[in-house]
Amino acid sequence: QEPQASGLPEYIKIVEVGPRDGLQNEKVIVPTDIKIELINQLSKTGLPAIEVTSFVSSKWVPQMADHKEVMRGIERHPGVQYPVLTPNLQGFHSAIAAGATEVSVFGAASESFSKMNINCSIEESIEKFEEVTKSARNMNIPVRGYVSCALGCPYEGSVVPDKVAEVSKRLYSMGCYEISLGDTIGVGTPGSMKKMLEAVMKEIPLSALAVHCHDTYGQALANILTAIQMGVAVVDSSVAGLGGCPYAKGATGNVATEDVIYMLNGLGINTGVNLYAVMEAGNFICTALNKKTNSKVAQASFSTGTI
Amino acid sequence: ASGGYPKRVKVVEVGPRDGLQNEKNVVPTPVKINLINMLSETGLQVIEATSFVSPKWVPQMADHTEVMQGINKLPGISYPVLTPNLKGFQAAVAAGAKEVSIFGAASELFTKKNINCSIEESLERFDEVMKAAREASIPVRGYVSCVLGCPYEGKISAAKVAEVSKKMYSMGCYEISLGDTIGVGTPGSMKEMLTVVMKEVPVGALAVHCHDTYGQALANILVALQMGVSVVDASVAGLGGCPYAQGASGNVATEDLVYMLNGLGIHTGVDLQKLMDTGTFICNALNRRTNSKVSQASCRL
Repeated sequence: QEPQASGLPEYIKIVEVGPRDGLQNEKVIVPTDIKIELINQLSKTGLPAIEVTSFVSSKWVPQMADHKEVMRGIERHPGVQYPVLTPNLQGFHSAIAAGATEVSVFGAASESFSKMNINCSIEESIEKFEEVTKSARNMNIPVRGYVSCALGCPYEGSVVPDKVAEVSKRLYSMGCYEISLGDTIGVGTPGSMKKMLEAVMKEIPLSALAVHCHDTYGQALANILTAIQMGVAVVDSSVAGLGGCPYAKGATGNVATEDVIYMLNGLGINTGVNLYAVMEAGNFICTALNKKTNSKVAQASFSTGTI
Repeated sequence: ASGGYPKRVKVVEVGPRDGLQNEKNVVPTPVKINLINMLSETGLQVIEATSFVSPKWVPQMADHTEVMQGINKLPGISYPVLTPNLKGFQAAVAAGAKEVSIFGAASELFTKKNINCSIEESLERFDEVMKAAREASIPVRGYVSCVLGCPYEGKISAAKVAEVSKKMYSMGCYEISLGDTIGVGTPGSMKEMLTVVMKEVPVGALAVHCHDTYGQALANILVALQMGVSVVDASVAGLGGCPYAQGASGNVATEDLVYMLNGLGIHTGVDLQKLMDTGTFICNALNRRTNSKVSQASCRL
């Protein structure tokens, strides 16, 4: 994308992670038909990519136990991608059998986090993902790579930018078309975001980078702004800010899609997404979950009667 | 993209006034005094203490004289108070105030609805305050409301903001705090507005007062910093809802602001832990949850 006179991208791709990352971190188990309805509503908003579910063992993530039914049950709109998480080759095969046409793998920039989360070292996890990317390449299935703890780790504390660059490079080299850099515990600030991106941009082309910011410390939009000022043009977010932080009880997690779009609209950046339609989808899922939205734009719009 | 950032930022704490004024529960005087005293221990250099406005209009600020006289005034810390007119100014000075603030707006309709006169008339009223303040050597801070949008007029032109700011600066205000009163601004409109205002008022005399009603405050503040603004208003625990959007948030939380500035290596002099403790205190007293995300999170790095 060509930068505008302001130096910002003209278009930003929003990757909606609410149905997967969002719901996975919500306490209440959501019935399959509600998940499907949420995704169908999101498909009508103009969002170009919607992360649908996770082909992980239901023993570990009960919320995603209905992955096959969800994958098979959703409407597939042309021009919309529906990636799913696949932690290993078994999950990958299961995803393909259920009709998935794009998958994601999750690395981490912290050894402790990798050990605690998936019980193996970063290197071992990379080897598992290589099996997935190899199979995916044979089947022409695009693979997105996530790097968790890009700006801090709940166990190790601060994370060195060069480590993030190293893991990103491994994922990119094995064939991931895009690397989503995740501030998993939301501790990042515009300062640490800038330093981390400078290190990663030495190894990965800008067009292959995305940011996945958590709003646990209220820094997400400022961090996203910093990233897009540096030319990043892909941003992950979650409708209604679904998904708390598993490492900080009661704290928020994902940044709300509505709030991101509001900011990008104000910057004159095209996303193709209808903000009101997203707010409606957010209202639907919050009603189903019996919870208040985490989106400030939605809160304000409903209060002032704009919606 | 961005230039550098200021090395230091002055944080103006508006919780005890702007924050409490927009809280439903009326706070007892001793609690207000304790809040201000605790804030005085955090390293904050400016704490807006109260408002010398008629208690008929703002019952929360009815105890302005007692608060002003009851707080510990630490050396090096300024305790400005709002003075809507000459009468309020005189009462403030009698109660020991050494700095005052006046409020203009960039919207005619907002001024009419808020104080029942035009912008021009409101500034004429302030002329009296400015004169008296000059004679008493009392610095005056000027606020401009609705700089990025108005609940009645909608869009506000940057030229109008610049015009009102310039007037108030020429009248003698040492600093102009530009308020996104309903929080509708974005980094786009903030940049546009500041570009125009900075042609009329030197950036060293500008402050931003961002509301977080649409979650945009920190991003807006970031842009202002990138443009050279180095004074930022905030409210401990994000006290103060939005009177124009029921249930929505208002002021940006001082804790979240300081967290961001710390991460940028910008010096504020503020102790974040002491600030969080102060937020905990006032939220307990108000029996409400904090609006600060930094406070809510229990992760520790």
